[in-house]
Amino acid sequence: MTPLKVMIIASAASFCLLGIIFELIRRRHLRERYALVWILTGLVLLALALWRDGLNTLAGWVGVKTYPPSVFIAAILFFVLVLLLHFSIVLSRLTDQNVTLAQKLALLETQLYEQQAESNTDGK
Amino acid sequence: MRLFGRSTFVERRAPAAAPLPRRLAIVPALNEQDSIGGVIDEIRGFDPAIEIVVVSDGSEDGTGEIARARGVHVIDLPFNLGIGAAVQTGFRYAQANDFDLAVQIDADGQHDPAELPKLFDLLESGEADLAIGSRFAGEHTYQSSFARRFGIRLFALTVSAIARRRLTDTTSGFRAVNRRGIALFAADYPHDYPEVEATVMVIRHRLRVREVPVRMRERAAGHSSITPLRSIYYIFKVLLALFVDLFRPRERSREVPLEDR
Repeated sequence: MTPLKVMIIASAASFCLLGIIFELIRRRHLRERYALVWILTGLVLLALALWRDGLNTLAGWVGVKTYPPSVFIAAILFFVLVLLLHFSIVLSRLTDQNVTLAQKLALLETQLYEQQAESNTDGK
Repeated sequence: MRLFGRSTFVERRAPAAAPLPRRLAIVPALNEQDSIGGVIDEIRGFDPAIEIVVVSDGSEDGTGEIARARGVHVIDLPFNLGIGAAVQTGFRYAQANDFDLAVQIDADGQHDPAELPKLFDLLESGEADLAIGSRFAGEHTYQSSFARRFGIRLFALTVSAIARRRLTDTTSGFRAVNRRGIALFAADYPHDYPEVEATVMVIRHRLRVREVPVRMRERAAGHSSITPLRSIYYIFKVLLALFVDLFRPRERSREVPLEDR
């Protein structure tokens, strides 16, 4: 069972995280699409903080008897890896879109430049 | 268009009477102000009717200005996109402006415009959709380090196995395509170190590839972008891309109509 003091601090930290996420959404610094993942994270952390026997119970379910926090650490690690993978995917897509945008912009610029040059010589 | 090349009644039945195909030379350039002018002059010297588009890939020197002063088309990419995207911009330009043939020529002076007719002939005769100027197919004049030749050989063997046909120089950037190739590359082109993957793409879309032996020269200015560390990345990146590509459906692009085949 988690000591009461730890529970209070952990809950406060989880609330803090949720508050920050809310504020980021409110200021439009975080898109709802990505915010959902973070809200879920905050809620899971809060649940683990409040449910004082939770970690031991969960560890028992998956068969870890010696050191229950290892379940928590493994779960976090997995979650972070998945999140990083997600970011890599987003980054790849943004890069592709960025390239296409830059190409189209440059092609349009060239077209505009050449049309202007053409109309200048026509005018003379 | 020049008038004195026009067909007369006598020539009408001859295939040579067809209008000359519109040709575009795509010159990707990153900070090549020392060599770009000479390259443009040289291409024009050998083929006065060819149009030239210089794709300046976020150059920070006078590359774009020098090219513009010579009256060629210049596409100034707003920042560095990498060679693949720069070349693709050229193919998109070729497609948008309805060119029949497009050839890629490096801005560093390695590619000899005197060899251009060899590439175009393969396309115009209908033998190939992609013509590659190979440093190894015939005259062995190309000098380079052991590591580089090893990499080039490795790619050549891998691609030959995929193509079921012997190709000797799949990393050569001196290559030309017809309309079909232009459409394919405008729609889809690999990112960095694109030549090997582009070759495989062409094969997998059932377009025809032919090599023709060409001479290549020492670069006129600047230095190769390929360092030892990068060549390791190069090899693994390309092998990974080729391996993954084997698991894609054969015709992966939606955009390229294959017309009559």
